Amino acid sequence: MNAPVASPYTLPAAETKAMRHIVSILLENEPGALSRVAGLFSARGYNIESLTVAPTEDGSLSRMTIVTTGSDDVLEQITKQLNKLIEVVKLVDLSEAPHIERELMLIKVRATGKDREEMKRMADIFRGRILDVTETTYTIELTGTGSKLDAFIEALDKAAILETVRTGASGIARGERVLKV
Amino acid sequence: MDRATKLVAPEISGAEILIRCLEAEGVEYVFGYPGGAVLFIYDELFKQDKVKHVLVRHEQGAAHAADAYSRASDKVGVCLVTSGPGVTNALTGIATAYMDSIPMVVITGQVPTHAIGQDAFQEVDAVGVTRPCVKHNFLVKDVRDLALTIKKAFHIARSGRPGPVVVDVPKDVTGARCRFEYPDAVVMRSYNPTVKGHPGQIKKAAQLLLEAKRPMVYTGGGVILSDAAAQLTKLVKLLGFPCTNTLMGLGGYPATDAQHLGMLGMHGTYQANMAMQHCDVLLAVGARFDDRVIGNPAHFGSVPRRIVHVDIDPSSISKRVKVDVPIVGNVREVLDELLKLLDGQAGKLDQRALKAWWTQIEQWRSKDCLRYDRASAIIKPQFVIEKLYEVTGGDAIVASDVGQHQMWAAQFYKFDRPRRWINSGGLGTMGFGLPAAMGAQFAHPGATVACVTGEASFMMCMQELSTCKQYRLPIKIVNLNNRYMGMVRQWQQFFHGNRYSQSYMDALPDFVKLAESFGHVGVRVEKPADVEPALREAFGRRQDLVFLDFLTDQSENVYPMVPGGKGISEMILAEEL
Repeated sequence: MNAPVASPYTLPAAETKAMRHIVSILLENEPGALSRVAGLFSARGYNIESLTVAPTEDGSLSRMTIVTTGSDDVLEQITKQLNKLIEVVKLVDLSEAPHIERELMLIKVRATGKDREEMKRMADIFRGRILDVTETTYTIELTGTGSKLDAFIEALDKAAILETVRTGASGIARGERVLKV
Repeated sequence: MDRATKLVAPEISGAEILIRCLEAEGVEYVFGYPGGAVLFIYDELFKQDKVKHVLVRHEQGAAHAADAYSRASDKVGVCLVTSGPGVTNALTGIATAYMDSIPMVVITGQVPTHAIGQDAFQEVDAVGVTRPCVKHNFLVKDVRDLALTIKKAFHIARSGRPGPVVVDVPKDVTGARCRFEYPDAVVMRSYNPTVKGHPGQIKKAAQLLLEAKRPMVYTGGGVILSDAAAQLTKLVKLLGFPCTNTLMGLGGYPATDAQHLGMLGMHGTYQANMAMQHCDVLLAVGARFDDRVIGNPAHFGSVPRRIVHVDIDPSSISKRVKVDVPIVGNVREVLDELLKLLDGQAGKLDQRALKAWWTQIEQWRSKDCLRYDRASAIIKPQFVIEKLYEVTGGDAIVASDVGQHQMWAAQFYKFDRPRRWINSGGLGTMGFGLPAAMGAQFAHPGATVACVTGEASFMMCMQELSTCKQYRLPIKIVNLNNRYMGMVRQWQQFFHGNRYSQSYMDALPDFVKLAESFGHVGVRVEKPADVEPALREAFGRRQDLVFLDFLTDQSENVYPMVPGGKGISEMILAEEL
């Protein structure tokens, strides 16, 4: 009989130190382009924390921002594989250099009784804007880095939060660096 | 066409445009199967005789045949199938071509645009289901986009790292009319594959090669795909280095040459795998260090060596193995540049070190790792392949299925020229062999084409025997019949305590009668002494398809073998069991 062998089917996973990266992509504004990017991430087992996409000032191009985590090796593969997609024109890993990140959150909160004033004060502290008011609720708009939005949620009484919606991060490089065709 | 004729050009149907596009691309054969969504296209095919259609018996066969047509020539294979089940049947063939980077254009019918998304009869989201296994795909919603889309499809399929491209054409688009103009060229801002290697990197590579004390050249399918066998051979000869080919790269360097160490990898030769592991400078050309080639990357990386990696696909570089000198570019162009730099430089090589290295290699080679029991009273599969090689003078196109027989064919048939070895390397698609042999025969009507198969693989696409009859394809089928899914059985023997779970083929057909029922010649061979006469007789019949059913040793295994997850120098050899 044969001695037991460690699974002959699997390869040992490489040691990795995962880091957060924010990748900006310019791609043809064509049907199916988004599903190609999303499909690439799921097919190759890459992680997507958030993904935002919209047309640019040139309507034939879309700009996509993907927040992902992975080791340097994984990020190298992600950028190479993305570049291989026929519709991808250009991309950059914004995390390689100084950059700005912003995310928008809309949050609907319970605002009644003594909490109503407290809610208004919290929104002011975080420089949020109240967009919609009813007798019992506020809907607040808040923009910032993901961690700022997290902090706002942390600061609120959980029971007061009725609904949240976040866009995921958008990013742009600081200074003269631009991502353009 | 000048401007005036363009203006008066009559409007023609999308179906006719499609055929005219194929004609403009120089397409000789389309492999396909009709159905509701492609009836306009078939009607146009009927009306002309420039583009010939080959009717298969199952869409998988169409895709494999188109794929092999491309592998055996250097043209783009073309396949035409209907919507829904036509697409899903072809999918295995598309994925097979994708894994081996084969240029292919697949035209799929689609339900009319107004019916898309309505769960219409024979509707499937073709772009969606094929997306993960194509280089690119298109849905053409407007007949005015059709010609440019076909142009792009051929351009994408054959340039850069080649691959299959699917063009999904709704039925109403094939019926709609517009003026036809086929673009001469196509420019895509988002797709410009690198062709020329970086000169600085090539210079570094040349320097490294000249400094090598224990060099090794490892080449893959990229050499075949870019038609760089001549350049590779010249380079290896110039340097006097040992050379190995992957399963996909066989024929890239002449297998009968003394500098060839045989195939490497999971079932590679002892000398090739040992030289791969112990070299100090490795030149990797058009190969991707995949799991079946280098085994465990950590084990491979545990020995220091410097690696030059030439590949058209940047994502193949440093994917599984870190390399020192990456060169992105077309293999042939890079080898040409490398040859220019190394011309007249061979005197700088460390001949003493090379001599010692060759002594070591010859010692490894003397293990004779491919030997088998030649006195066996039962037919040994290796023996059949050796005789096949002799009888065909080493000059047949060999299309293989997937399994043990594939490995024996790769080990024992010595390919001296490229595009003679047609097999599904990446996806490992059982059923590939027979339709692949058909595609190869269409590419080279006068050539000797052999299909090496096993009874399990063969039965996955055996309906194509009917196609072979219709087009009088004189393929010689070499069936290594061991009544097992041999490779599955071998793994079960090695790694699953001899529990042969579902790997035994019970209730097999009488292959002789089966071949005869399709109008072919069938021969059963049961004794070693009959192997060569049977092959000679079969290959002597230039007009007939002959099915040779060799009853081979049921317990034979493929050696050497690197168990999955092990390093390539950790081989199981025949004598060790």
